Amino acid sequence: MKRWTSALVVLAVLPACGAALAAELVFPNLTGRVVDEAGLLDAAQETALAAKLQALEEKTTDQLVIVTLSSLQDTSIEDFGYQLGRHWAIGQKDKNNGVLLIVAPNERTVRIEVGYGLEGTLTDALTKIIIETSILPRFRAGDMAGGIMAGADDVISALTGDAAAIAERAATRPEVKDELFAMVFPVMIFLFVILIFILIWRGGTTGGRWSSGSSSGGSWSSSGGGFSGGGGSFGGGGSSGSW
Amino acid sequence: MPNSFAAAFPVSWKILLVVLAGILLSGCGLNAIPTYEEQATAAWSQVENQYQRRADLIPNLVETVKGYAAHEREVLEAVVAARAKATQTQIPPDILTNPAAFEAFQQNQAALTGALSRLLAVVENYPDLKANQNFLALQSQLEGTENRISVARRDYIEAVRLYNTELKTFPGVIWKAVLYSDRQPMQQFSVAEGTKEVPQVNFN
Repeated sequence: MKRWTSALVVLAVLPACGAALAAELVFPNLTGRVVDEAGLLDAAQETALAAKLQALEEKTTDQLVIVTLSSLQDTSIEDFGYQLGRHWAIGQKDKNNGVLLIVAPNERTVRIEVGYGLEGTLTDALTKIIIETSILPRFRAGDMAGGIMAGADDVISALTGDAAAIAERAATRPEVKDELFAMVFPVMIFLFVILIFILIWRGGTTGGRWSSGSSSGGSWSSSGGGFSGGGGSFGGGGSSGSW
Repeated sequence: MPNSFAAAFPVSWKILLVVLAGILLSGCGLNAIPTYEEQATAAWSQVENQYQRRADLIPNLVETVKGYAAHEREVLEAVVAARAKATQTQIPPDILTNPAAFEAFQQNQAALTGALSRLLAVVENYPDLKANQNFLALQSQLEGTENRISVARRDYIEAVRLYNTELKTFPGVIWKAVLYSDRQPMQQFSVAEGTKEVPQVNFN
Protein backbone atom coordinates (compact mmCIF):
# COMPACT_ATOMS: atom_id res chain seq x y z
CA MET A 1 0.00 0.00 0.00
CA LYS A 2 2.83 2.34 0.97
CA ARG A 3 4.61 1.70 -2.35
CA TRP A 4 1.48 2.63 -4.32
CA THR A 5 0.96 5.88 -2.49
CA SER A 6 4.57 6.95 -2.87
CA ALA A 7 4.44 6.03 -6.56
CA LEU A 8 1.27 8.08 -6.96
CA VAL A 9 2.91 11.05 -5.24
CA VAL A 10 5.91 10.83 -7.56
CA LEU A 11 3.66 10.60 -10.62
CA ALA A 12 1.58 13.55 -9.46
CA VAL A 13 4.65 15.70 -8.94
CA LEU A 14 6.48 14.72 -12.13
CA PRO A 15 4.40 16.74 -14.62
CA ALA A 16 4.95 19.86 -12.54
CA CYS A 17 8.70 19.28 -12.60
CA GLY A 18 8.63 18.61 -16.31
CA ALA A 19 6.70 21.78 -17.05
CA ALA A 20 9.10 23.87 -15.02
CA LEU A 21 12.13 22.33 -16.72
CA ALA A 22 10.76 22.80 -20.22
CA ALA A 23 10.48 26.56 -19.74
CA GLU A 24 14.09 27.04 -18.59
CA LEU A 25 17.00 27.43 -20.97
CA VAL A 26 19.88 25.06 -20.38
CA PHE A 27 23.11 27.04 -20.40
CA PRO A 28 26.50 25.45 -21.09
CA ASN A 29 29.02 25.44 -18.26
CA LEU A 30 31.50 28.26 -18.12
CA THR A 31 34.54 26.06 -18.62
CA GLY A 32 36.81 28.93 -19.60
CA ARG A 33 36.94 32.11 -21.63
CA VAL A 34 36.21 30.10 -24.78
CA VAL A 35 33.25 27.71 -24.56
CA ASP A 36 33.22 25.83 -27.85
CA GLU A 37 30.05 23.76 -27.51
CA ALA A 38 29.55 23.59 -31.27
CA GLY A 39 33.13 22.52 -31.93
CA LEU A 40 34.11 25.25 -34.38
CA LEU A 41 37.63 25.83 -33.07
CA ASP A 42 40.54 23.44 -32.76
CA ALA A 43 42.59 23.16 -29.57
CA ALA A 44 45.38 25.47 -30.72
CA GLN A 45 42.98 28.22 -31.78
CA GLU A 46 41.08 27.92 -28.52
CA THR A 47 44.25 28.26 -26.45
CA ALA A 48 45.49 31.23 -28.43
CA LEU A 49 42.12 32.95 -28.16
CA ALA A 50 41.83 32.28 -24.42
CA ALA A 51 45.27 33.80 -23.89
CA LYS A 52 44.23 36.99 -25.71
CA LEU A 53 41.04 37.23 -23.67
CA GLN A 54 42.93 36.76 -20.44
CA ALA A 55 45.35 39.50 -21.44
CA LEU A 56 42.38 41.77 -22.11
CA GLU A 57 40.95 41.18 -18.67
CA GLU A 58 44.29 41.75 -16.98
CA LYS A 59 44.74 45.00 -18.84
CA THR A 60 41.24 46.49 -18.58
CA THR A 61 39.20 44.21 -16.24
CA ASP A 62 36.75 43.75 -19.17
CA GLN A 63 35.62 40.15 -19.57
CA LEU A 64 35.16 38.91 -23.12
CA VAL A 65 33.88 35.37 -23.50
CA ILE A 66 33.48 33.48 -26.76
CA VAL A 67 30.77 30.87 -26.88
CA THR A 68 29.56 28.65 -29.70
CA LEU A 69 26.21 26.98 -29.16
CA SER A 70 24.99 23.73 -30.63
CA SER A 71 21.40 24.91 -30.27
CA LEU A 72 19.47 28.05 -29.35
CA GLN A 73 16.73 25.88 -27.83
CA ASP A 74 13.93 27.45 -29.88
CA THR A 75 14.61 30.97 -28.72
CA SER A 76 16.15 33.97 -30.44
CA ILE A 77 19.84 34.71 -30.07
CA GLU A 78 18.95 38.06 -28.47
CA ASP A 79 16.82 36.29 -25.90
CA PHE A 80 19.47 33.65 -25.22
CA GLY A 81 22.33 36.13 -25.18
CA TYR A 82 21.43 38.41 -22.29
CA GLN A 83 20.20 35.51 -20.18
CA LEU A 84 23.45 33.62 -20.76
CA GLY A 85 25.43 36.73 -19.88
CA ARG A 86 23.49 37.15 -16.64
CA HIS A 87 23.66 33.45 -15.80
CA TRP A 88 27.44 33.42 -16.16
CA ALA A 89 27.66 36.91 -14.65
CA ILE A 90 30.33 38.00 -17.12
CA GLY A 91 31.95 41.34 -16.36
CA GLN A 92 32.90 42.91 -13.03
CA LYS A 93 30.00 43.42 -10.67
CA ASP A 94 30.54 47.13 -10.11
CA LYS A 95 31.22 47.92 -13.78
CA ASN A 96 29.11 45.42 -15.77
CA ASN A 97 31.92 45.35 -18.35
CA GLY A 98 31.23 41.98 -19.92
CA VAL A 99 30.98 41.06 -23.59
CA LEU A 100 29.89 37.81 -25.17
CA LEU A 101 30.59 36.75 -28.72
CA ILE A 102 27.91 34.14 -29.39
CA VAL A 103 27.88 31.95 -32.49
CA ALA A 104 24.94 29.64 -33.21
CA PRO A 105 26.01 27.78 -36.36
CA ASN A 106 22.87 25.64 -36.60
CA GLU A 107 20.62 28.69 -36.56
CA ARG A 108 23.20 30.62 -38.59
CA THR A 109 23.19 33.62 -36.31
CA VAL A 110 25.92 35.45 -34.48
CA ARG A 111 25.62 38.06 -31.75
CA ILE A 112 27.90 40.37 -29.82
CA GLU A 113 26.17 40.82 -26.45
CA VAL A 114 27.36 43.88 -24.56
CA GLY A 115 27.03 44.43 -20.81
CA TYR A 116 25.46 47.57 -19.35
CA GLY A 117 28.80 49.17 -18.60
CA LEU A 118 30.27 48.89 -22.09
CA GLU A 119 27.28 50.08 -24.09
CA GLY A 120 28.93 53.45 -24.53
CA THR A 121 32.18 51.97 -25.89
CA LEU A 122 30.85 49.04 -27.87
CA THR A 123 27.86 50.81 -29.36
CA ASP A 124 25.22 48.95 -31.34
CA ALA A 125 26.46 50.61 -34.50
CA LEU A 126 30.05 49.51 -33.82
CA THR A 127 29.16 45.90 -33.03
CA LYS A 128 26.98 45.79 -36.13
CA ILE A 129 29.95 46.96 -38.21
CA ILE A 130 32.21 44.32 -36.64
CA ILE A 131 29.68 41.63 -37.40
CA GLU A 132 29.00 42.77 -40.96
CA THR A 133 32.57 43.49 -42.01
CA SER A 134 34.74 41.03 -40.06
CA ILE A 135 32.63 38.09 -39.04
CA LEU A 136 29.91 37.43 -41.59
CA PRO A 137 32.04 37.55 -44.77
CA ARG A 138 34.27 34.85 -43.31
CA PHE A 139 31.32 32.81 -42.10
CA ARG A 140 29.74 32.99 -45.55
CA ALA A 141 32.99 31.68 -47.01
CA GLY A 142 32.89 28.76 -44.55
CA ASP A 143 35.75 30.01 -42.37
CA MET A 144 34.07 29.80 -38.97
CA ALA A 145 37.27 29.86 -36.94
CA GLY A 146 38.59 32.82 -38.93
CA GLY A 147 35.38 34.75 -38.42
CA ILE A 148 35.48 34.15 -34.68
CA MET A 149 39.14 35.16 -34.35
CA ALA A 150 38.63 38.29 -36.46
CA GLY A 151 35.54 39.27 -34.48
CA ALA A 152 37.35 38.77 -31.19
CA ASP A 153 40.31 40.84 -32.39
CA ASP A 154 38.00 43.67 -33.42
CA VAL A 155 36.18 43.69 -30.10
CA ILE A 156 39.49 43.68 -28.24
CA SER A 157 40.81 46.63 -30.22
CA ALA A 158 37.56 48.51 -29.68
CA LEU A 159 37.88 47.92 -25.95
CA THR A 160 41.57 48.79 -25.68
CA GLY A 161 41.46 51.75 -28.02
CA ASP A 162 41.54 54.48 -25.40
CA ALA A 163 44.44 54.31 -22.93
CA ALA A 164 43.05 56.91 -20.52
CA ALA A 165 39.71 55.16 -20.19
CA ILE A 166 41.47 51.85 -19.52
CA ALA A 167 43.59 53.31 -16.74
CA GLU A 168 40.45 54.73 -15.16
CA ARG A 169 38.62 51.39 -15.26
CA ALA A 170 41.58 49.38 -13.97
CA ALA A 171 42.31 51.82 -11.15
CA THR A 172 38.85 51.56 -9.58
CA ARG A 173 38.98 47.77 -9.20
CA PRO A 174 40.31 47.42 -5.58
CA GLU A 175 37.10 48.96 -4.15
CA VAL A 176 35.15 45.82 -4.93
CA LYS A 177 36.79 43.82 -2.13
CA ASP A 178 36.05 46.50 0.50
CA GLU A 179 32.43 46.79 -0.61
CA LEU A 180 31.93 43.05 -0.29
CA PHE A 181 33.36 42.99 3.20
CA ALA A 182 31.16 45.90 4.29
CA MET A 183 28.09 44.00 3.11
CA VAL A 184 29.10 40.74 4.71
CA PHE A 185 30.18 42.06 8.12
CA PRO A 186 26.68 42.90 9.51
CA VAL A 187 25.42 39.49 8.42
CA MET A 188 28.29 37.85 10.28
CA ILE A 189 27.43 39.79 13.46
CA PHE A 190 23.79 38.75 13.15
CA LEU A 191 24.71 35.07 12.74
CA PHE A 192 27.10 35.36 15.67
CA VAL A 193 24.26 36.62 17.90
CA ILE A 194 21.98 33.77 16.79
CA LEU A 195 24.78 31.33 17.56
CA ILE A 196 25.07 32.65 21.09
CA PHE A 197 21.33 32.24 21.67
CA ILE A 198 21.46 28.66 20.43
CA LEU A 199 24.41 27.84 22.65
CA ILE A 200 22.79 29.33 25.76
CA TRP A 201 19.65 27.33 24.96
CA ARG A 202 21.53 24.08 24.55
CA GLY A 203 23.53 24.62 27.70
CA GLY A 204 26.92 24.76 25.97
CA THR A 205 27.87 21.05 25.92
CA THR A 206 31.43 21.40 24.73
CA GLY A 207 32.19 24.70 26.49
CA GLY A 208 33.35 27.67 24.41
CA ARG A 209 34.62 25.88 21.31
CA TRP A 210 32.90 27.19 18.20
CA SER A 211 33.98 28.37 14.80
CA SER A 212 33.35 32.08 14.64
CA GLY A 213 33.20 33.88 11.27
CA SER A 214 36.30 32.04 10.21
CA SER A 215 37.05 33.65 6.86
CA SER A 216 37.57 37.39 6.81
CA GLY A 217 36.95 39.66 3.83
CA GLY A 218 39.97 38.66 1.80
CA SER A 219 39.00 35.15 0.84
CA TRP A 220 35.52 36.02 -0.42
CA SER A 221 36.41 37.80 -3.61
CA SER A 222 39.10 35.67 -5.20
CA SER A 223 38.24 32.58 -7.21
CA GLY A 224 40.61 29.62 -7.43
CA GLY A 225 42.67 28.94 -10.53
CA GLY A 226 39.83 28.75 -13.07
CA PHE A 227 38.00 31.56 -14.82
CA SER A 228 34.67 32.73 -13.49
CA GLY A 229 32.32 35.60 -14.12
CA GLY A 230 32.87 38.73 -12.04
CA GLY A 231 29.18 39.30 -11.27
CA GLY A 232 28.34 41.64 -14.12
CA SER A 233 24.94 41.99 -15.75
CA PHE A 234 23.50 42.55 -19.22
CA GLY A 235 20.64 44.62 -20.51
CA GLY A 236 20.20 43.53 -24.11
CA GLY A 237 22.79 45.80 -25.76
CA GLY A 238 24.76 44.72 -28.83
CA SER A 239 23.88 43.52 -32.32
CA SER A 240 23.23 40.33 -34.18
CA GLY A 241 23.72 39.12 -37.71
CA SER A 242 22.91 36.07 -39.74
CA TRP A 243 24.34 34.41 -42.78
CA MET B 1 23.15 13.75 33.07
CA PRO B 2 20.78 16.56 34.07
CA ASN B 3 21.35 19.80 32.27
CA SER B 4 21.71 22.18 35.20
CA PHE B 5 22.77 25.11 33.03
CA ALA B 6 19.44 25.33 31.19
CA ALA B 7 17.49 24.67 34.37
CA ALA B 8 19.09 27.74 35.91
CA PHE B 9 17.07 30.02 33.61
CA PRO B 10 13.48 30.74 34.54
CA VAL B 11 10.70 29.75 32.11
CA SER B 12 9.91 33.34 31.22
CA TRP B 13 13.46 33.80 29.85
CA LYS B 14 13.08 30.77 27.62
CA ILE B 15 9.77 32.05 26.33
CA LEU B 16 11.42 35.39 25.62
CA LEU B 17 14.16 33.63 23.63
CA VAL B 18 11.61 31.75 21.56
CA VAL B 19 9.71 34.94 20.80
CA LEU B 20 12.96 36.71 19.91
CA ALA B 21 13.93 33.86 17.62
CA GLY B 22 10.49 34.04 16.01
CA ILE B 23 10.85 37.75 15.33
CA LEU B 24 14.35 37.38 13.96
CA LEU B 25 13.34 34.52 11.70
CA SER B 26 10.33 36.32 10.29
CA GLY B 27 12.44 39.48 10.02
CA CYS B 28 13.11 38.70 6.41
CA GLY B 29 9.39 39.03 5.69
CA LEU B 30 9.40 42.51 7.17
CA ASN B 31 11.91 43.78 4.64
CA ALA B 32 10.54 41.96 1.64
CA ILE B 33 7.82 44.46 0.76
CA PRO B 34 9.98 47.60 0.65
CA THR B 35 12.81 45.69 -1.04
CA TYR B 36 10.59 44.32 -3.80
CA GLU B 37 8.96 47.70 -4.18
CA GLU B 38 12.34 49.34 -4.73
CA GLN B 39 13.36 46.70 -7.23
CA ALA B 40 10.13 47.13 -9.15
CA THR B 41 10.47 50.92 -9.17
CA ALA B 42 14.06 50.62 -10.38
CA ALA B 43 13.00 48.19 -13.08
CA TRP B 44 10.35 50.68 -14.17
CA SER B 45 12.93 53.47 -14.40
CA GLN B 46 14.95 51.28 -16.72
CA VAL B 47 11.86 50.70 -18.91
CA GLU B 48 11.28 54.46 -19.10
CA ASN B 49 14.96 55.02 -19.93
CA GLN B 50 14.93 52.62 -22.84
CA TYR B 51 11.71 54.03 -24.28
CA GLN B 52 13.23 57.50 -24.00
CA ARG B 53 16.37 56.28 -25.71
CA ARG B 54 14.22 55.12 -28.62
CA ALA B 55 12.42 58.44 -28.75
CA ASP B 56 15.80 60.22 -28.89
CA LEU B 57 16.85 58.27 -31.98
CA ILE B 58 13.81 59.26 -33.99
CA PRO B 59 14.56 62.88 -35.05
CA ASN B 60 17.84 61.77 -36.64
CA LEU B 61 16.05 58.87 -38.33
CA VAL B 62 13.35 61.11 -39.74
CA GLU B 63 15.93 63.57 -41.13
CA THR B 64 17.91 60.78 -42.77
CA VAL B 65 14.84 59.28 -44.40
CA LYS B 66 13.66 62.72 -45.58
CA GLY B 67 16.94 63.06 -47.47
CA TYR B 68 15.94 60.16 -49.74
CA ALA B 69 12.17 59.84 -49.43
CA ALA B 70 10.84 63.31 -48.77
CA HIS B 71 7.52 62.68 -50.48
CA GLU B 72 6.63 59.91 -48.00
CA ARG B 73 5.16 62.70 -45.94
CA GLU B 74 2.27 60.83 -44.40
CA VAL B 75 4.46 58.15 -42.88
CA LEU B 76 7.11 60.60 -41.68
CA GLU B 77 4.57 62.90 -40.11
CA ALA B 78 2.91 59.96 -38.39
CA VAL B 79 6.19 59.04 -36.75
CA VAL B 80 6.88 62.60 -35.63
CA ALA B 81 3.37 62.95 -34.22
CA ALA B 82 3.50 59.60 -32.39
CA ARG B 83 6.87 60.49 -30.91
CA ALA B 84 5.59 63.87 -29.76
CA LYS B 85 2.60 62.27 -28.06
CA ALA B 86 4.76 59.68 -26.33
CA THR B 87 7.36 62.13 -25.03
CA GLN B 88 5.13 65.06 -24.18
CA THR B 89 2.50 63.18 -22.22
CA GLN B 90 3.30 63.74 -18.55
CA ILE B 91 4.11 60.60 -16.61
CA PRO B 92 2.41 60.99 -13.23
CA PRO B 93 4.37 59.91 -10.13
CA ASP B 94 1.81 57.24 -9.29
CA ILE B 95 1.93 55.66 -12.73
CA LEU B 96 2.73 52.21 -11.36
CA THR B 97 -0.45 52.02 -9.30
CA ASN B 98 -2.68 54.10 -11.57
CA PRO B 99 -4.25 51.78 -14.17
CA ALA B 100 -5.47 54.58 -16.46
CA ALA B 101 -2.09 56.35 -16.58
CA PHE B 102 -0.23 53.09 -17.09
CA GLU B 103 -2.55 52.07 -19.91
CA ALA B 104 -2.14 55.47 -21.58
CA PHE B 105 1.66 55.12 -21.41
CA GLN B 106 1.51 51.69 -23.00
CA GLN B 107 -0.81 52.86 -25.77
CA ASN B 108 1.42 55.83 -26.61
CA GLN B 109 4.49 53.66 -26.87
CA ALA B 110 2.70 50.99 -28.87
CA ALA B 111 1.45 53.66 -31.29
CA LEU B 112 5.03 54.87 -31.74
CA THR B 113 6.17 51.30 -32.39
CA GLY B 114 3.48 50.99 -35.05
CA ALA B 115 4.44 54.26 -36.74
CA LEU B 116 8.12 53.25 -36.73
CA SER B 117 7.46 49.88 -38.30
CA ARG B 118 5.44 51.54 -41.05
CA LEU B 119 8.35 53.89 -41.69
CA LEU B 120 10.85 51.05 -41.84
CA ALA B 121 8.55 49.12 -44.17
CA VAL B 122 8.47 52.13 -46.52
CA VAL B 123 12.28 52.40 -46.37
CA GLU B 124 12.48 48.95 -47.97
CA ASN B 125 11.55 50.61 -51.28
CA TYR B 126 14.63 52.85 -51.28
CA PRO B 127 17.83 50.85 -51.84
CA ASP B 128 20.02 53.96 -51.75
CA LEU B 129 18.64 54.87 -48.36
CA LYS B 130 19.13 51.32 -47.11
CA ALA B 131 22.79 51.46 -48.10
CA ASN B 132 23.40 54.84 -46.49
CA GLN B 133 25.94 54.55 -43.66
CA ASN B 134 24.08 56.92 -41.40
CA PHE B 135 20.85 55.02 -41.89
CA LEU B 136 22.56 51.68 -41.21
CA ALA B 137 24.00 53.01 -37.97
CA LEU B 138 20.58 54.33 -36.92
CA GLN B 139 18.93 51.07 -37.85
CA SER B 140 21.34 49.07 -35.72
CA GLN B 141 20.79 51.48 -32.83
CA LEU B 142 17.02 51.17 -33.19
CA GLU B 143 17.21 47.38 -33.24
CA GLY B 144 19.46 47.45 -30.20
CA THR B 145 17.09 49.78 -28.40
CA GLU B 146 14.06 47.65 -29.19
CA ASN B 147 15.96 44.71 -27.72
CA ARG B 148 16.82 46.70 -24.60
CA ILE B 149 13.16 47.70 -24.25
CA SER B 150 12.28 44.04 -24.49
CA VAL B 151 14.74 43.08 -21.75
CA ALA B 152 13.71 45.99 -19.52
CA ARG B 153 10.05 45.04 -19.85
CA ARG B 154 10.82 41.47 -18.92
CA ASP B 155 12.82 42.55 -15.89
CA TYR B 156 9.96 44.84 -14.83
CA ILE B 157 7.36 42.10 -15.27
CA GLU B 158 9.39 39.80 -13.05
CA ALA B 159 10.01 42.48 -10.41
CA VAL B 160 6.33 43.39 -10.26
CA ARG B 161 5.36 39.74 -10.11
CA LEU B 162 7.55 39.31 -7.01
CA TYR B 163 6.15 42.45 -5.40
CA ASN B 164 2.49 41.70 -6.11
CA THR B 165 2.91 38.11 -4.96
CA GLU B 166 4.53 39.26 -1.73
CA LEU B 167 1.59 41.57 -1.05
CA LYS B 168 -0.86 38.72 -1.50
CA THR B 169 0.86 35.77 0.15
CA PHE B 170 1.85 34.94 3.72
CA PRO B 171 3.70 36.53 5.52
CA GLY B 172 3.62 39.60 3.28
CA VAL B 173 -0.11 39.97 3.61
CA ILE B 174 0.26 40.33 7.37
CA TRP B 175 3.06 42.91 7.17
CA LYS B 176 1.00 44.79 4.61
CA ALA B 177 -2.02 44.95 6.91
CA VAL B 178 0.09 46.04 9.86
CA LEU B 179 2.71 48.36 8.41
CA TYR B 180 2.24 48.92 4.68
CA SER B 181 -1.48 49.40 4.33
CA ASP B 182 -1.05 52.14 1.72
CA ARG B 183 0.82 49.85 -0.70
CA GLN B 184 -1.07 48.86 -3.82
CA PRO B 185 -0.20 46.12 -6.29
CA MET B 186 1.65 47.49 -9.31
CA GLN B 187 0.44 47.46 -12.89
CA GLN B 188 1.58 44.80 -15.32
CA PHE B 189 2.01 45.29 -19.04
CA SER B 190 -1.18 44.40 -20.86
CA VAL B 191 -0.35 45.74 -24.30
CA ALA B 192 2.25 43.78 -26.28
CA GLU B 193 5.37 45.62 -27.42
CA GLY B 194 4.09 46.15 -30.94
CA THR B 195 0.58 47.38 -31.81
CA LYS B 196 -2.11 44.81 -31.92
CA GLU B 197 -3.63 46.19 -35.11
CA VAL B 198 -1.50 46.92 -38.16
CA PRO B 199 -2.51 50.37 -39.46
CA GLN B 200 -4.00 50.22 -42.96
CA VAL B 201 -1.89 52.20 -45.45
CA ASN B 202 -4.07 54.38 -47.66
CA PHE B 203 -2.95 54.59 -51.30
CA ASN B 204 -5.36 57.27 -52.49
